[in-house]
Amino acid sequence: MASLDDLKKRIASVKSTQKITKAMKMVAAAKLKRAQDSAEKGRPYSEKMNNIILNLSEGISDKENAPKLLSGTGKDQIHLCVVMTSDRGLCGGFNSNIIKKAKSYFSRLSSEGKELKIITVGSKGNDQLKRLFGNQIIENISFKNSKNANFFDAEKVSKIIIERFEKEEFDICTIFFNQFKNVITQIPQAQQIIPLKTDIDDKEKSEDNYEFEPDEDEILTNLLPKNISTQIFKAMLENSASEQGARMSAMDNATRNAGEMVDKLTIEYNRSRQAAITKELIEIISGAESL
Amino acid sequence: MSEEFKLEVVNPEKSFLSKEDVTEVVVPAFEGEMGILKDHISIISFLKPGIIKTYSKLGEEKYYVEDGIIEFKNNNLSILTSSIFDINDIEKSKIDEMLRVAEEETAKDNISDQAKFLIDQKIEVLRTIN
Repeated sequence: MASLDDLKKRIASVKSTQKITKAMKMVAAAKLKRAQDSAEKGRPYSEKMNNIILNLSEGISDKENAPKLLSGTGKDQIHLCVVMTSDRGLCGGFNSNIIKKAKSYFSRLSSEGKELKIITVGSKGNDQLKRLFGNQIIENISFKNSKNANFFDAEKVSKIIIERFEKEEFDICTIFFNQFKNVITQIPQAQQIIPLKTDIDDKEKSEDNYEFEPDEDEILTNLLPKNISTQIFKAMLENSASEQGARMSAMDNATRNAGEMVDKLTIEYNRSRQAAITKELIEIISGAESL
Repeated sequence: MSEEFKLEVVNPEKSFLSKEDVTEVVVPAFEGEMGILKDHISIISFLKPGIIKTYSKLGEEKYYVEDGIIEFKNNNLSILTSSIFDINDIEKSKIDEMLRVAEEETAKDNISDQAKFLIDQKIEVLRTIN
């Protein structure tokens, strides 16, 4: 059994850990508020963008010659996966959930005999993937220096993707990120961005005919790269909100666990203190009796 | 009958501007400036660098945009852009900075004709508001 001094030291150290996790929780809560706000504010843009693209792809006259970003290369041999994770740890299952989702997708691809290329965004994802998929990772992008998700960073990522697409390095591009549902629930998502999937609900189908200036094809050619930036930006916003949410609940749990541990250790400390006193008393009494 | 319609300007980070009572909006569309009034036909177009002017009861307001897409439908005008500034709020030093970057860009010789055209346009607009 540990001595009284050791127990005292352990209690003190657990208490100071608890202070740290509590502080981290509060920081995450404050950041979460901001990240959530910007995720919500960013939604109208990406929704509108989506609507316009849907309307455009409806109206496009010549489906055969549609831009490749919309229709794809016609093959599905080489897959590019963009795995978006955070740059910092201590956020519970946030990163490993994305990685898990991505890994199961990867193994499905390889069982189908497809070729795989990976771009990681955020250093944590790179750390976890480089052991198993080191050869497939073609690029690692990290925005450690940017405080918040911003559109400029998203444009950088999409530029890299589009450049590689134009060099015909891949046929299909999928992004992996966590969708923010609420503080405790983040859902890992796989979203295909090239070629664009256009699932059109019949009820949302607009009947009116648009006038296009210049023509549909030219607008689409300009719009599709922008849409990719928008989708990536949306993923980044969702991701940063999810990261803070995950960190907050992880730190909340850690604080609670530390509290429980302090209670347990305090009981143990008191018990052994009492045992020591009892032992001393017995020694004194039996010493006195023997006189 | 009122001649007003709804205008919404969004950029990726937030909803930049939302107005219910504009009577006319002039946008720098790709093939030249275009004025939009109520009951305009549904249209999608994209923007080149220029000035958006909105007219309402309160008078005229001007915004500088670099790019974007507009959609007009059912008397709703949506403008999606990644870079927009209110001309009254923008600082002079920022304009100078943008002008400087644009001039550097246009001096490069490896840019395409279309990109050069857009940048020249941008420089011209920036000079007029400066």
